[in-house]
Amino acid sequence: MNPKSRQWLPKSAVIAIFLLPLLLISPKTYVTLTISGIAMGMLLFLVASGFSLIFGFLSVLNLAHGALFAWGAYISFSAFSFINQWTGWGGSNSIFSNILIFLLALVAAGIGVAILGVVTERLVIRPVYGSHLFQIFITVGAMTVMEELIRIVWGPNDEPMPVPVSFIGSWDIFDVVVSKYPLIAIVIGLILYLIVFTILRRTRLGMIVRAGVENPEMVQVMGHNIYRYFTGVFAAGSALAAIGGGMWATFVKSINPAMGGEVIVFALIVAIIGGLGSMTGSVVGALMVGLSYNYVAYLIPKGALGITMLLLVIILSIRPTGLFPEGT
Amino acid sequence: MEADLVAEPILKVEGIHTFIGKHHVLQGVSFDVYPGRVTVLLGRNGAGKTTTLRSIMGLLSPSQGIILLRNQAIQNMRSFDIARLGIGFVPEDRGLFNLLTVEENFRVAMFQEDKSTQQRLETILEIFPDLKRFWKAKAGILSGGQKQMLAIARPLVNNNELLLIDEPSKGLAPIVIDHLIDAIQKLQKQTMIILVEQNFYMASSLGNDFYIFDDGRTVHKGQMEELVANEEMKKRYLGISG
Repeated sequence: MNPKSRQWLPKSAVIAIFLLPLLLISPKTYVTLTISGIAMGMLLFLVASGFSLIFGFLSVLNLAHGALFAWGAYISFSAFSFINQWTGWGGSNSIFSNILIFLLALVAAGIGVAILGVVTERLVIRPVYGSHLFQIFITVGAMTVMEELIRIVWGPNDEPMPVPVSFIGSWDIFDVVVSKYPLIAIVIGLILYLIVFTILRRTRLGMIVRAGVENPEMVQVMGHNIYRYFTGVFAAGSALAAIGGGMWATFVKSINPAMGGEVIVFALIVAIIGGLGSMTGSVVGALMVGLSYNYVAYLIPKGALGITMLLLVIILSIRPTGLFPEGT
Repeated sequence: MEADLVAEPILKVEGIHTFIGKHHVLQGVSFDVYPGRVTVLLGRNGAGKTTTLRSIMGLLSPSQGIILLRNQAIQNMRSFDIARLGIGFVPEDRGLFNLLTVEENFRVAMFQEDKSTQQRLETILEIFPDLKRFWKAKAGILSGGQKQMLAIARPLVNNNELLLIDEPSKGLAPIVIDHLIDAIQKLQKQTMIILVEQNFYMASSLGNDFYIFDDGRTVHKGQMEELVANEEMKKRYLGISG
């Protein structure tokens, strides 16, 4: 494949996935599914970007990422319930109070899981830097421990995730049904993407992280304490997973201790399609998976997961390292 | 050696042994680097020159021996602490961040972005004007020579007193090598250099002192003029004849 076609591949793939379903689906349904797909994509981006960043910078295959996602959902659940008990903001008719309690719950999840991420990196990951095989073993072990801890703290059963009143229901815009929460998820996801993107592109910290994705050894010999950056990136990746967990739980309106295992499969696919270590790749990959999943789930409900796998196979057969290079 | 009489060495490497996995690569490397001089490490492939630079830089841990930088032992320090003591490293593969711009490559290399760093940067860009021309371009699109210039210039923004350069001429055309020699000669005024080089023309053009490595040991040392005149030694250890 020549370089020009390589450059066009990600764009053409997204455009094709975005427009082809128009041939098979009525325009109104198409709009509804597209919004849902983009929302799912933004949520997957939050999980996959953390996974991808951790792999790119630390060269660590963190299979416990899904458990961090689940911890995010549970902390968000507890924080929401706790604040709501005192303030009643979740059940209030004020959209401002609803958004505030939702954001506070996400911030609590982000901070809590970032701390958990730091502990995990220091105790579990650091001894196995450089060995992918041991990383797989040890992070699967960490995932099991973290899931069991959820069962101990919150119980083994599914819990209904509280959702702010104004996030429930849909708007009818020119006869097109637009659910409220997916739109909110898209906006929050976009804001987080812009924050991550700005930090990575416009700050010195971001430059060092991008440099570290390309060549961590060189960052080290330039006088930067690479281990501090490792811990910081791990914490940031964990916080993104946690925020994704909180938002996902609100999307599906329930939480369970094993929810991370289900989502990590999607996150892995997204990260691999986009290119491990690439933020832009994560967002493009997440949108491709989110959109294709929703369109196919409507047309052939049982083929939804299959299309994601097919997408992975096609992309990897054309470009084995994913759509975007590391560090982009 | 003439330099012995005039100054204390800045860097003193004494009997270091380094393993890579099970391989005992360095088996007693010793040498000194004196102020104001370019020290060239020579030897055939696999003699241990690159491993020596990586051991000094803390990327490999010597199992025995001492490395003293201005009388401070650094052999057990971490790479980033060693770098902060004033040692810059240009690896054999150049270690550029190809997806970052030339400007970003410099900014990552800076310990701090202050006025004096900015002034040093301006001086560096006078020596390497091509880098200024490609300031906003990604490092990955530079030519081989420009990439090498960037790799060498980058650590100098920190006022490093010692620069370790591994095989700078590798893969470069003769005319580019001449250009690089000119640039490194200008840098000699700012920093001491340890140069690992297979290209004897470049090594002899730049070097003041030399050490020859063989099987992980330093087997000969002296001043570069002596080596240039010693055909037997060049043939025996470097495979150069005539």
